[in-house]
Amino acid sequence: MKRALLAFPLALPLALLLAGGAAAEPPQSGFALMAPETQAMQRDDTANPGMLWVQEGEALWAQSGCTGCHGDAPGSMRGAASRYPAWDATRQAPIDLAGRIEQCRVDRQGAAPLEREGEPLLALSAYVAHQSRGLPIDPPEDPRLAPARALGEALFRERRGQLDLSCAQCHDDNAGRRLGGSPIPQGHPTGYPLYRLEWQGLGSLQRRLRNCMAGVRSEPYAYGAPEYVAIEAFLMVRARGLALETPAVRP
Amino acid sequence: MARVLINLPRSAKRGELIEIRTLIQHGMETGYRPGPNGVTQQRDIIRSFTCLFDNEEVFHAELYQAIAANPFITFSMLATASGILAFTWTGDNGFAQTETRALTVT
Ligand code: HEC
Ligand code: HEC
Repeated sequence: MKRALLAFPLALPLALLLAGGAAAEPPQSGFALMAPETQAMQRDDTANPGMLWVQEGEALWAQSGCTGCHGDAPGSMRGAASRYPAWDATRQAPIDLAGRIEQCRVDRQGAAPLEREGEPLLALSAYVAHQSRGLPIDPPEDPRLAPARALGEALFRERRGQLDLSCAQCHDDNAGRRLGGSPIPQGHPTGYPLYRLEWQGLGSLQRRLRNCMAGVRSEPYAYGAPEYVAIEAFLMVRARGLALETPAVRP
Repeated sequence: MARVLINLPRSAKRGELIEIRTLIQHGMETGYRPGPNGVTQQRDIIRSFTCLFDNEEVFHAELYQAIAANPFITFSMLATASGILAFTWTGDNGFAQTETRALTVT
């Protein structure tokens, strides 16, 4: 379980995969396709390892002085994660939740930037997103986000990598079918940051997307790249109404 | 200090069998895995876990490389009297952490 299983199995029956199943049905979280044991692990906060990061985030929230402006997170941050990525007026660009947290830290508090996929930022993001657990994904009706969503959709439909596959070919056309033994989910960003058993740790949506990109043998974008925010902006619209699960558990 | 989640009832009836669940943040690096630079990473695991009830051992486990990161250990105990539970994890590189919880038995 400790190996980094980056590439999807090569002996993949491409013909079958490309035959094209039904178009995306009503949105369904990847949770529904998991083994009952993994579902139980996510449901039980005393067994869900993601809660360790949520706890860490709670301590960081107090230590980093977030309380000074925002008060207690359970009140002030409820629902925040369901509205991201949002439009950032300062940068005139869409911003994701981790980016917003960094903006508060760096621009408002003068703190040194955190590593994008480092434990402290993951913990803070998990703590903030956890406050929205159970709430439906509710992308803002903001026309300024339209170009990013359109770019995200184009990237989602673009074939990439040595396997020449688009996200849509797996997550729209073949969702619910199997790829080398594991079910293909519809690919909704409901639970991030989440605990992935394969990672043995918490990871962001960007890490998940990098895994999918490397899986088709394409070069992933660097962490923090605007392409990820665009893909996320599209994925959130696509997942509208699904309940947030942070911290989810995934195989 | 590693983050720890311990779950047990605050109070129990005398003679009740209670369930105790513990989760600790630890990478459990096996010592078999090459790092990003190709060099095998040193083993860094939790090797032992004990639970004392008023200084008397009620549960002990030895851990090995095959155990996943962030070990989840659950066990049960017969509640006989009120007292303090002390949970200790020790491991490689001087890792040692103890957490205590009070149990009230009525
Ligand atoms: C100096 C005051 C200040 C501090 C300190 C501060 N923030 Fe903020 N934060 C703001 C303001 C103002 C906004 C609203 C920004 C906007 O909407 O453009 C905001 C917005 C946010 C949002 C988005 C909320 C939403 O509903 O969209 C998050 C998440 C957030 N902050 C997290 C944090 C975290 C985590 C910390 C501590 C590391 C922190 N903030 C520290 C002032 C602060
Ligand atoms: C070859 C098929 C394939 C392609 C192409 C692919 N994915 Fe995936 N994706 C998967 C599989 C399989 C999983 C589930 C893996 C697991 O959980 O073990 C997954 C998981 C995901 C998830 C996580 C869903 C959850 O429940 O947490 C998201 C989001 C996602 N993919 C988005 C994308 C995006 C965006 C692209 C294009 C850049 C893409 N994927 C390309 C097969 C694919």
